[in-house]
Amino acid sequence: MEKLINEFSVGLFFWQTVLFIILLLLLRKFAWKPILDAVNDREAGIKNALVAAEEAKKEMQNVTADSEKLLKEARTEREAMLKEAREIKDKMIADSKEQAKIEGDKMIKHAQSAIESEKKAAVADIKNQVAELSIAIAEKVLKEELSNKKEQLKLVENLLGDVKLN
Amino acid sequence: MQNFFVKLLFVTTLFIGNGAFAQDHESEPTDKKTEVKAYIQHHLKDSHDFNLFSSTDESGEVQHYGFPLPVILWDGGLKVFSSSKFHHGETLAEVDGNTYKLYHSKIYRTDEEGTINYDEEQHPANPKPLDFSITKSVVMIFITGLLMLWLFSSLAKSYAKNGLIAKGAGRFFEPIVLYIRDDIARSNIGETKYKKYMPYLLTIFFFIFFLNIFGLTPLGVNVTGNIAVTVALALITFLLTNFTGTKDYWKHLFDPLGNTMPWYAKIPLYIILVPIELLGLIIKPFSLLIRLYANMQAGHIVLMSLIGLMFIFKSWLGSSLSFGLAFAISLIEILVALLQAYIFTMLSALYFGFASETHDHADGHEGEIQHL
Repeated sequence: MEKLINEFSVGLFFWQTVLFIILLLLLRKFAWKPILDAVNDREAGIKNALVAAEEAKKEMQNVTADSEKLLKEARTEREAMLKEAREIKDKMIADSKEQAKIEGDKMIKHAQSAIESEKKAAVADIKNQVAELSIAIAEKVLKEELSNKKEQLKLVENLLGDVKLN
Repeated sequence: MQNFFVKLLFVTTLFIGNGAFAQDHESEPTDKKTEVKAYIQHHLKDSHDFNLFSSTDESGEVQHYGFPLPVILWDGGLKVFSSSKFHHGETLAEVDGNTYKLYHSKIYRTDEEGTINYDEEQHPANPKPLDFSITKSVVMIFITGLLMLWLFSSLAKSYAKNGLIAKGAGRFFEPIVLYIRDDIARSNIGETKYKKYMPYLLTIFFFIFFLNIFGLTPLGVNVTGNIAVTVALALITFLLTNFTGTKDYWKHLFDPLGNTMPWYAKIPLYIILVPIELLGLIIKPFSLLIRLYANMQAGHIVLMSLIGLMFIFKSWLGSSLSFGLAFAISLIEILVALLQAYIFTMLSALYFGFASETHDHADGHEGEIQHL
């Protein structure tokens, strides 16, 4: 202990204290504060970046889920549209078929009526011709018959007999 | 490795030179053992000039290589002169009518012949003027301070330049800074209060570490192994501890048992307990200063003794053996340099932690165990 006290130098103690305190103050201002601030900033930056990355990941997941949902919706929509188209097509086909049928029927009817009227006309024509023909024939027959008196009387008698029957 | 050999070379030259120096001025030691002992004794002390090495030329004249430092004395007035006036202790310095003598690295006022009077215990009885000289240790403290300022302010600047990433030498020191912050300050002082102690803890760690390492270089300065330096460091820790002490800290000091028993039961206990607590207040920084001083002093003594052994043995076996030992001890000393800086910082942080604790007295007893 006595040796220690003997070794103690007041001058060195004084200089050590003064220089150390000056060093401490200078370092605090020019080194430790900026260093610690920078390190803290960096750590905060890393923390923020990690949080942001986590958020981005979540967002990404959301986006994926969204797009999947959209895809699903689109698919169902497409299916519905296809179904609808198919229905429309079927309906159109059925409609046109019906229309065609109606039209056909109409045309058939029309044709039938035309045929009928043609037929009637033809028949009438035939009738006329037959009448004319029969008149002509009758004329010729009468001309021959009436050339003989006896025959004429017979005919008149026959005709009169027919009238009685009517 | 290379550094070690350079160091060895320096120390060797120091030895030869100082051996002759010792022969000239000490009480004429005749054997190498006394020479080595004297040299080590001289080396451990602070010195008034920066002596790099000395040698004896052919005519037996001792040549010192180095530079003188200013001597500043307070002896009824300020006296400033160069230490070259002492001629390494060979001559007396006459300043303003007073004669001063450098004797065993200390300055005494003597009569004109430079006689040293001894008291009964063989200590010099001459008057000692107050010595504020810029000694070798002060120069090294100054250099270390400049080095730290340059190193760490450039580290601080490199953050701004490189986008918060350290560059160059800072890459080596940044993890140490972070270690001190996270594992010394935060874990011992606590998350809320560690920040205000950080500048001191960082400064003291690197200051001690650098000076310890400088002590192992060929410059061979023993700054942290000097009691005045360790006293100054421990005193700052002591003052910081007590000036930043919280109400709980002081309450704990004078009322260690808290509300666990009635006041009349406490009185007989406190007659013993409170003085112990108060003593602990002094013992803590005292242990700090003695630990650092003794470790560095002992390291230097062991290392230099082993190197000295080489010259005492003078045989290839003994000398190479002590060379190997000195080498091994050098490596250990590098570890000790780091370790002592760490311990000083760690314990300072621990004391700051005690001082800044705020706890309700429910867990006061856990605190008590920690204090012991």
